[in-house]
Amino acid sequence: MKRVVITGVGTINSLGHSVPETLEAMREGRCGIGELEFRDVDRLAIKIGGQVRGFEAKGRFNRQQMSLYDRFTQFTLAAAKEAITQSGLTFNGDLAARSGVVLGTAGGGVSTWDDNYRSVYEDGKNRVHPFVVPKLMNNAAASHLSMEYNLKGPSFTVSTACASSNHAMAQALAMVRSGMAPVIVTGGSESMLCFGGVKAWEGLRVMSKDACRPFSANRNGMVQGEGAGVFVFEEYEHAKARGADILCEVIGSAMSSDASDIVMPSKQGAARAISGALRDARLNPEDVAYINAHGTGTAANDKTECAAVADVFGKHADNLMISSTKSMHGHLIGGTGAVELLACIMALRDGVIAPTIGYEEPDPECALDVVPNEARQAKVDVALSNAFAFGGMNAVLALRKV
Amino acid sequence: MSINDRVIAIIAEQAVLDPSDVTPESTLEDLGIDSLGLVESIFAIEEEFDISIPFNANEPSKSDFDISNVAAIVTGIEKLMSEKA
Repeated sequence: MKRVVITGVGTINSLGHSVPETLEAMREGRCGIGELEFRDVDRLAIKIGGQVRGFEAKGRFNRQQMSLYDRFTQFTLAAAKEAITQSGLTFNGDLAARSGVVLGTAGGGVSTWDDNYRSVYEDGKNRVHPFVVPKLMNNAAASHLSMEYNLKGPSFTVSTACASSNHAMAQALAMVRSGMAPVIVTGGSESMLCFGGVKAWEGLRVMSKDACRPFSANRNGMVQGEGAGVFVFEEYEHAKARGADILCEVIGSAMSSDASDIVMPSKQGAARAISGALRDARLNPEDVAYINAHGTGTAANDKTECAAVADVFGKHADNLMISSTKSMHGHLIGGTGAVELLACIMALRDGVIAPTIGYEEPDPECALDVVPNEARQAKVDVALSNAFAFGGMNAVLALRKV
Repeated sequence: MSINDRVIAIIAEQAVLDPSDVTPESTLEDLGIDSLGLVESIFAIEEEFDISIPFNANEPSKSDFDISNVAAIVTGIEKLMSEKA
């Protein structure tokens, strides 16, 4: 079994258009959630979200690309550029033939669906642009990434709602570990902040109208975000041989299915994913110092997640830190695990734990150290990242400092 | 603008060329317009002239619409517009 390391990271989200900007915002406990700005927002009950601002596709992409790239693809390519540039890799010959792309997204080109449905239903048009299908398909982002960087090996898109990115990265880990691919560019992207995207979420009645306050007793729901996180997962010996800057090691993962309810989370399902990741990474519970929580800010998730952590870690649950950065960047749905992995990397490399902001009142059902409101300095050798999706599909990743 | 000029403007934009570089004799291939660009051009022409072009991307040459060069496209559009009127 081969070792797998991360040699490049990239992101764009409501906290920043790059990894340094995002990590700075997390260190400062800044909130990227604000008033949503798009057409028909006045017809929504939920008017806040972690929207990416100041991102101009024009100038970044040419006319032909613009006609093919939904916003979720644009985010992916922006993040991928940062990650692959940092890795220093160029893909030619055998490396190109064997390396691939595995990305997560829940909705794919949601705003492309939205814009074109509006055009044919509301505006009564009978013709849509010829590229609607290649623009909205869930694998569009992975495809354009493969085309842009000449990645000719196994590439596909994983879709498991809010765990999509974590499932994608768990799959990438398995593929590099097994020797199937020397490099997999992985992570995920989401862009659902348009009228139809938010309206659909509104229907579930789990959204907060004012803020995302994970683990706080007065939490009142989740807040959507958007953006992408992209990582270069590289086989350790390959990275070492070329003198790459190794950011951290991906030491394990586990996936589980609750097999119980389509929306309600299960403590057992979450706990099996967490303990599975520990086993896969050959860790003792005491080795874990930080967990990036799924921490959506809903009543159900946060208490179930805390109970699962308490079950898996026993006494050590009181010693470890667990924070939810969704309080700052919102819930990026299929892209969320990717952006959240950055907080794990910051903990390992910089010894800075991103806080759970908006924390106001302790909840006895979430009685863990949630790193409230302010970032903290701490030495972390091993970190976990949790993702528990609608549909009861869970994926947890384990990272180690190198 | 004449139909000819409007078609040339659409095709020039698609080919990222100046309209003066597009002549009635130009073929789409000459202008570097690939299959995706062709489909996009057909769409833009339909939008511009509010017509429906009988074009099937599976077999462009067998469609009932001649795209062999710019002049042929203009003739085809004129025919469709007169049928509409």
